[in-house]
Amino acid sequence: MKIAITSTGNSTDSFLDSRFGRCSWFIIYDTELTSTEFIPNPNIDSIEGAGIASARLIASKGAEKVISGEFGAKVKGVFDSLNIKLIVIKEDNKQIKDIIKLLDK
Amino acid sequence: MPRPKLIRKVSNPPLFKGFKPIGGVENTHVVVMNFEEYESIRLSDYELLGQMRASVQMGVSRSTFARIYESARRKVALSFTEGLPIIFEGGKVYFDSEWYQCNDCGSLFNNHDRETLVIECSLCGSKNIEQFSDESDETSQNMELIQGNHHGKCRKQRERNFKCK
Repeated sequence: MKIAITSTGNSTDSFLDSRFGRCSWFIIYDTELTSTEFIPNPNIDSIEGAGIASARLIASKGAEKVISGEFGAKVKGVFDSLNIKLIVIKEDNKQIKDIIKLLDK
Repeated sequence: MPRPKLIRKVSNPPLFKGFKPIGGVENTHVVVMNFEEYESIRLSDYELLGQMRASVQMGVSRSTFARIYESARRKVALSFTEGLPIIFEGGKVYFDSEWYQCNDCGSLFNNHDRETLVIECSLCGSKNIEQFSDESDETSQNMELIQGNHHGKCRKQRERNFKCK
């Protein structure tokens, strides 16, 4: 299963980005291959519709779960209709590798 | 061109497809009730919420809620008096999902498929979870937003301020 995680940087040492639509990087983690793919977010500077554009990007990668600090009101509905599960982590300063460890448990 | 409709939030969609009158003649006509109309009757007459609170829960203005509710009541009346079946279908809605909190890793996660039961955390797989509800919090936030009139410009600005913290 593929899981998308929003990240502040392009390594597993970087932290979880608390925003979804305008996060710096998306990390696509594959639980079966235990592989990670880093995708820069093209919607960082968009004024409107960043969340929905990012949701499309995630869906096109085939992710079934998305992990972020917060999701906007518009995006929740989009993910619900796409059958993608949302996971919200409220803690600040959570490293990507810690999250991956939790997923592998 | 009219302004596009706001997308309405339905937190409890009906678990069946509609109603049929008992006896009488078979009717070929049906009354099509939207999900948002069903939800407005549920909120007003089943949960006994005031229009203001019900409208906040559906994510529309108070006057729009009143319009949806009136249309719903008329459809029920039409169906009762003429003995027509009611079908639940369509409407500009999205279904709100249930949220759960994991007591081990502290994450929140949702489940949009109401048929399956949630037994474990989707992040760490722990079974120590409980249903999460932030309704009171959300309602008070939305209540602040709804003050003032609903002219497009102000609404957009309010939305932006609200979302881009």
